[in-house]
Amino acid sequence: GAGGGNDIQWCFSQVKGAVDDDVAEADIISTVEFNHSGELLATGDKGGRVVIFQQEQENKTQSHSRGEYNVYSTFQSHEPEFDYLKSLEIEEKINKIRWLPQKNAAQFLLSTNDKTIKLWKISERDKRPEGYNLKEEDGRYRDPTTVTTLRVPVFRPMDLMVEASPRRIFANAHTYHINSISINSDYETYLSADDLRINLWHLEITDRSFNIVDIKPANMEELTEVITAAEFHPNSCNTFVYSSSKGTIRLCDMRASALCDRHSKLFEEPEDPSNRSFFSEIISSISDVKFSHSGRYMMTRDYLSVKIWDLNMENRPVETYQVHEYLRSKLCSLYENDCIFDKFECCWNGSDRQIILKCSVVSFSPFTCSIVMTGSYNNFFRMFDRNTKRDITLEASRENNKPRTVLKPRKVCASGKRKKDEISVDSLDFNKKILHTAWHPKENIIAVATTNNLYIFQDKMN
Amino acid sequence: QDAPEKEPAAAERAEEAKLKAKYPGLGQRPGGSGFLMKRLQKGQKYFDSGDYNMAKAKMKNKQLPSAGPDKNLVTGDHIPTPQDLPQRKSSLVTSKLAG
Repeated sequence: GAGGGNDIQWCFSQVKGAVDDDVAEADIISTVEFNHSGELLATGDKGGRVVIFQQEQENKTQSHSRGEYNVYSTFQSHEPEFDYLKSLEIEEKINKIRWLPQKNAAQFLLSTNDKTIKLWKISERDKRPEGYNLKEEDGRYRDPTTVTTLRVPVFRPMDLMVEASPRRIFANAHTYHINSISINSDYETYLSADDLRINLWHLEITDRSFNIVDIKPANMEELTEVITAAEFHPNSCNTFVYSSSKGTIRLCDMRASALCDRHSKLFEEPEDPSNRSFFSEIISSISDVKFSHSGRYMMTRDYLSVKIWDLNMENRPVETYQVHEYLRSKLCSLYENDCIFDKFECCWNGSDRQIILKCSVVSFSPFTCSIVMTGSYNNFFRMFDRNTKRDITLEASRENNKPRTVLKPRKVCASGKRKKDEISVDSLDFNKKILHTAWHPKENIIAVATTNNLYIFQDKMN
Repeated sequence: QDAPEKEPAAAERAEEAKLKAKYPGLGQRPGGSGFLMKRLQKGQKYFDSGDYNMAKAKMKNKQLPSAGPDKNLVTGDHIPTPQDLPQRKSSLVTSKLAG
């Protein structure tokens, strides 16, 4: 049905990136993340580059729109490498970016490729010293014998310069490919997870990390599952979860033991063995796991659905939302073209405790708004309102780019007679995948990444 | 969304039948170590300098066999040459998102 999410009406705001269809591999967006205030929006790409956008200060005269996001900083985070010892090509693709909460004037983020995590400091410089005694303004040195008087150099304003510098490099701790990083609620430690192991780091210490999960079997022939995602609990600094390629989630408590190979909780939805097919395990593989802001729930994304789990209930999810169930009859071709292995992410709306006031109602009745969002094919993305149980399908496309015009909901026709404005499953473009989406932590602003473009949508403000 | 015409399990099994009809040699379970091992080995590129130098020595006067149509293949029957190895990518330009 239409109008998912307290009747939020989504409008196009901005699109970043090249218009042309010929996409260079380096331009493929691989991660999108708002910082804790929502003022900054970071993207990482396959070329190892990070681009950070900053929201403009709200213009008091333009009350009908929120500030636009403009480029703030861009830098090369990772370079391609070749491990000669292992004959391994190490991609520079940025797998994940995670922001640290802001403690001083500078901003910090962690970015990671398959093997190395880096802590980047992004700082502003808006003044520079002038009036040196021994240097000319252009930097050339003066002949000291020509100096007859002394002056004190002073700071003068200059055009804002934003500098990114790598402050820590956390390397050589992962044999397999890093899929997740997650900053702990203590803001001092973080975890990094690869296919078989999870390591715990201190943000200040680069020459040591602690292995906290190791699922590598003694005999690799016995390998049955890999780690697909991991995240720290938002409030309990001793708790984290990791998901697997078999559709399970394990919750671990670091107080229990140094090596958390034994889970505290195991979340798994029972499956009728008679329903199993060749594809069952592949499509049950969890591609993303995200805690709710309260930490009471977590959300997982598998190939066809989004599931909400109550941490107090291990034996099944409390809610399941079908993202694109019509693909179940296409699994054969999706396996052949590898799309079945696409890793979709998911996200929660900004805040569980977000209170939406309906302006027309004088006596406000606050209620919490809980919406989850995830991507699909054909540049479609989906939102599910957990309260109203309504869902919506929207499209990220340059054809819809009139600001303040509400996006038209899309509908896929699974079978039978296609209605006007519906799109048949066979017409879907499986090369147009939305894998990465992000929701502003405080406002109804979302960032949606298509292959090489970044779309920003916001709710219609009256 | 429209209700699927088949119950989910039946739809999946129909797709499985299609796949097995196309690839009769396909194993019963897609999971298992072989499948996952491929995933873990992503990025592996082999160059055997011994093979390369022996081949070069034998064919001093002849043209070295160069890459076939598949330039990405550097293992197996094909003798890799330095040109075929994954090149370190040249300096990258600024992202178009920042343009």
